[in-house]
Amino acid sequence: MIVETGHYALVLALALALVNSVLPVWGSVARDQRLMAVAPPVALMGFGLVAYAYIALTMAHVVSDFSLVNVVENSHSAKPLIYKITGVWGNHEGSMLLWVLVLSLFAAAVASFSRSMPEDFRANVLAVQSWIAAAFILFILLTSNPFARVAGAPAEGNDLNPLLQDMGLAIHPPLLYLGYVGLSITYSFAAAALISGRIDAVFARFVRPWTLIAWISLTLGIAMGSYWAYYTLGWGGFWFWDPVENASLMPWLAATALLHCTAVMEKREALKIWTIFLAILAFSLSLIGTFLVRSGVLTSVHAFASDPTRGVFILLILVIFIGGSLALFALRAGGLQQGGLFAPVSREGAIVLNNLLLTTCCATVFVGTLYPLALEAITGEKISVGPPFFNLTFVPLFIPLFILMPFGQLLPWKRGDLAGVAQRLAVAFGAGLIFMGILAAWRGGPAVSVILSGVAVYVILGSFVDLGRRLFGGGVSTEMVSQRARGVPRHAFGTAFAHAGLGVTLLGLAATGWGAEKITMLTPGDAIEIGPYQLTFESVVPRNGPNYSELAGRTTIRAKGEVVATIEPAMRFYPVRGMNRSEAGIATLGLGQVYMSIADVAANGAVNARIFWKPLVALIWIGALVMAFGGCLSLSDRSFRVGIARRAHKARAPSPQPAE
Amino acid sequence: MTRKKRRLGLISAALAVLGLALGLVLVALRDNIVFFYGPSELAQKAPQAGQRLRIGGLVRQGSLVHEGDRTVRFAVTDKKQEVEVTYTGLLPDLFREGQGVVAEGTLGQDKLFHADSILAKHDERYMPRDVADALKRQGVWREGAEAASMGK
Repeated sequence: MIVETGHYALVLALALALVNSVLPVWGSVARDQRLMAVAPPVALMGFGLVAYAYIALTMAHVVSDFSLVNVVENSHSAKPLIYKITGVWGNHEGSMLLWVLVLSLFAAAVASFSRSMPEDFRANVLAVQSWIAAAFILFILLTSNPFARVAGAPAEGNDLNPLLQDMGLAIHPPLLYLGYVGLSITYSFAAAALISGRIDAVFARFVRPWTLIAWISLTLGIAMGSYWAYYTLGWGGFWFWDPVENASLMPWLAATALLHCTAVMEKREALKIWTIFLAILAFSLSLIGTFLVRSGVLTSVHAFASDPTRGVFILLILVIFIGGSLALFALRAGGLQQGGLFAPVSREGAIVLNNLLLTTCCATVFVGTLYPLALEAITGEKISVGPPFFNLTFVPLFIPLFILMPFGQLLPWKRGDLAGVAQRLAVAFGAGLIFMGILAAWRGGPAVSVILSGVAVYVILGSFVDLGRRLFGGGVSTEMVSQRARGVPRHAFGTAFAHAGLGVTLLGLAATGWGAEKITMLTPGDAIEIGPYQLTFESVVPRNGPNYSELAGRTTIRAKGEVVATIEPAMRFYPVRGMNRSEAGIATLGLGQVYMSIADVAANGAVNARIFWKPLVALIWIGALVMAFGGCLSLSDRSFRVGIARRAHKARAPSPQPAE
Repeated sequence: MTRKKRRLGLISAALAVLGLALGLVLVALRDNIVFFYGPSELAQKAPQAGQRLRIGGLVRQGSLVHEGDRTVRFAVTDKKQEVEVTYTGLLPDLFREGQGVVAEGTLGQDKLFHADSILAKHDERYMPRDVADALKRQGVWREGAEAASMGK
């Protein structure tokens, strides 16, 4: 019964989305307050209905209602509860429902937190968001109904793909969705700005916090996804330049560029056309990502089932939304007033360069991802474009960004002094060089790793040069420093941490060059050396989990004779799907990890083992956490606040205030 | 600096970066792409020995031979032609005789395919798409027979 109400709620949500697609825009054109006032409550109701539908589906999964096709195909009564809940988005239908849930969540958030926005602007934002919601709810109802019943319910389900039964999976899709569906809001803002003709600092001010929220989630989501791939796929790799990964990287690059250029637009009213274009581009890339992942043109763990009608439907949505917005853009962009002037050497100039490099990086990823598809469609020739392509195109374009990043932070608006900034960065630069020298002399190893490590140190230190000067400049007491710290805006701290986080990730990436890998046959009692550690393969232990059985290879890790850790890489067998999956054994020692996966367990307990020593590997993900932390700091800054501060402000002075 | 000059500077900077990117992409596409062939196409196109390739098909039943220390040999077939593959390393979890497989490596002078990586697909409910297409072209694959899932 609850399932039918869930389905019904989704149909109602579609009806509401259609209402909200029309009335607010009409209201803004006809200057009718009442019609515009419809938007926020309808957006909230729409969110409520989609959330209800989502909960209904989750309930069906939790109680193992095998009269639902979706539950039969993706669940099993013996599956642990947590995977019953996360399994809801471990399949095509459920994940699309989550997509729509996030979409309407953002609409509801704008409806509740952006009271201070000009009314016609907010009405149009919510209307555009409803267009997207309507298209995707229609997509779910017509091609991917999660509430479809099965005639003659079976007693047991097919279980979820074992690779997806994992905590990493539990967290990464919702985060990724918050990120790249979150970019829908920047798209809606851009489209609404074009419709209302309100392309100014006010637009930039309101769109910034939302971009930042999406960016933080996307950063965390990509990091989580990469960690999940690292420990469940058993190859010890964390980034494969797989099209599905690229699909999340492209919006991230665009969002990062957008984040920077909205600052220029807010502060200096410059780069308006470009900002609007980027806002459209960022979400368009999310849509393209969804198309690539969901349409079945690619084969991967994410392409759950290929069905041509779905592909065509998403392609249609893609064409309408990207084409429509670009047409609107072409129509309106010409009439924009010129923004503030700036010299090439200035904060604005640095951000322009940042945007240029980021979007070009994004374009190379786009080419590498779509070229094989295009070539196959045109000539029928099948090719694969792998890491070598991206190492040769993406990496050389990204390295200058690292070098320039600290410069951008130190340059003032309008006009800057390059020599002065270089002088201030000399410490960071010198530290990087010295670090390189020490590494080369003491550690040796691949030149690329040595150089990149030096760059990373420069980036990390360089990110804090500005803050350091502001807080400690001129030799002062601790008291003074804490007093000054209160005076420095939080977003300055945020920028420093976000930039430094990227440096930390780079250091982790550079350190992969000092890792070691061994593939060998081990029988119980065998010992092997990897990096600074000695591993002893003790025994193979058979065990049973809730819906699998496994053979775990107990291995102890010693450093200079002392046992420092025990790992149990396992070979799991999931009987329902008749599928094997290896579970890597990972020991985190300091910031490095010993990683071991086993396969082909023989009767005498001999296994084929793959063992890695990965120094500093944890920094790759810690860096992402630092970036996200920086994002959160900025978000907590007054100038980023979505509405709370402004309401308090309003209470004191009732006159409508433009943005600060 | 006038607006016009500034714009000119911007455009030339943009063109420089884009030109650089374009150059890199073209070089990378020339040297770093890997073609995919099924066994029949491989026989027909006869690529140069030493060129990096991906091949895909089914692992022929009964063809898997362990040649001592982690080296295996097996035949990849599309039921018309087949190619012998040798590989040293860990086979992926889903590698089985009779199942689809994709191998990347080079074709030796001896017509033996020296794979340096074997790709397993994440889910065995479907065939690797490249393999399915290669088999389809040989008329071996029937749509629906394998892909049929319940309730649809």
